[in-house]
Amino acid sequence: MKLLPILLFLIAFQSCSDKKSKPAVEVAMKKNLHDEEEVFNPNKVISLNFEELEERYLQKKNDSIYVINFWATWCKPCIKELPAFEKIASEYSNEKVKVLLVSLDFPEKLDSQVVLFIKKNKIKSEVVLLDDPDANSWIPKVSEQWSGAIPATIIYKKENRKFYEQSFTFEELETELKTFL
Amino acid sequence: MKKILTYISLAALALLTFNSCKNESVDKSEDVAINEIVQPEFTEIESETETKGYIIGDEATDFKLKDVNEKMVSLSDYKEAKGFIVIFTCNTCPFAVASEERMVALDKEFKPKGYPVIAINPNNPEVQPDDTYELMQKKAKEAGFTFPYLYDESQSVYAKYGATKTPHVYLLQKEDGKNIVKYIGAIDDNVRNASEVKDRFLANAVNELLAGKEVSVKETKAIGCSVKQ
Repeated sequence: MKLLPILLFLIAFQSCSDKKSKPAVEVAMKKNLHDEEEVFNPNKVISLNFEELEERYLQKKNDSIYVINFWATWCKPCIKELPAFEKIASEYSNEKVKVLLVSLDFPEKLDSQVVLFIKKNKIKSEVVLLDDPDANSWIPKVSEQWSGAIPATIIYKKENRKFYEQSFTFEELETELKTFL
Repeated sequence: MKKILTYISLAALALLTFNSCKNESVDKSEDVAINEIVQPEFTEIESETETKGYIIGDEATDFKLKDVNEKMVSLSDYKEAKGFIVIFTCNTCPFAVASEERMVALDKEFKPKGYPVIAINPNNPEVQPDDTYELMQKKAKEAGFTFPYLYDESQSVYAKYGATKTPHVYLLQKEDGKNIVKYIGAIDDNVRNASEVKDRFLANAVNELLAGKEVSVKETKAIGCSVKQ
């Protein structure tokens, strides 16, 4: 009975003091946005077909860990989990973790939806648009496990690769990421 | 008792402080949406109960669900049907909306041949407010649905079938009074643009069944909106 308020207090206090001891995530993200030189330019969201996406982003052989998230502006659970991916990108930028957000919005909505969304929410991770209508041919190439529902995420480092058809909280995503570090 | 009260007030105070901490970091201009989402209390943990659902050859369960005209509908009501085109769909998912005309066309093409379309909305309107029963009624009217559009209110049917997204199609064939799953997946190979479809997966499968053949392409994949549990 007594424990509940104590816990509440501790949690609240903890998060508050966290913010003071080290910069809050949101603050850090914004700071990086302004300071960092190589900021992803939301006006340059490129469209790729699956072959191009695969070649450029899905089979890198370097030391980085790639977190590839499939999302769309109309997908509520996707939007809900984006902050977790942004936080991973900012907190693990020194650990060679790279986040790519692959939008599955309709190509004609690129400017009116995707670019607007990126600007409005100050998305810092790189965004590309996957414009490839024959999903039946490429979904299994992303993963045989994928039913096609979004959000979906791949984490990989060289040959080591995991696929997730689920929503992530920051903690869940971090736990998975740590298995690659 | 006093002690408890003290703790509670302390906790309340701490929560207030916590909130004000949050507020400090929120840019007042326009990016409210994403920052709001960062707050832990917004992050729900979804139950990852792995229901595998049906595979090809399984017997699909019958159901009794409410149609947009308030009537209850079951597969067993269709005495003359040879099978069913069961489509899990919803009101606003862009892929579902892009498929509406094709669903109507499929019903028109295959109902007379014994394979009517049965559409089911699996989404929980508490999670997806655009998918209430009332808005389903509106959608059915506006989109000119010629088939039942059923409300999976208990969210039990989609789970049994294993539908993960909308639209998600299950083609069933009646065999000895059982409804056997013959095809699972997409309507065709181009959800976005009906005029650029090259392969009508579902229609091909129904035609194969009508011709007494085995379905050649039994499973296909398509992007869809995840079912809102």
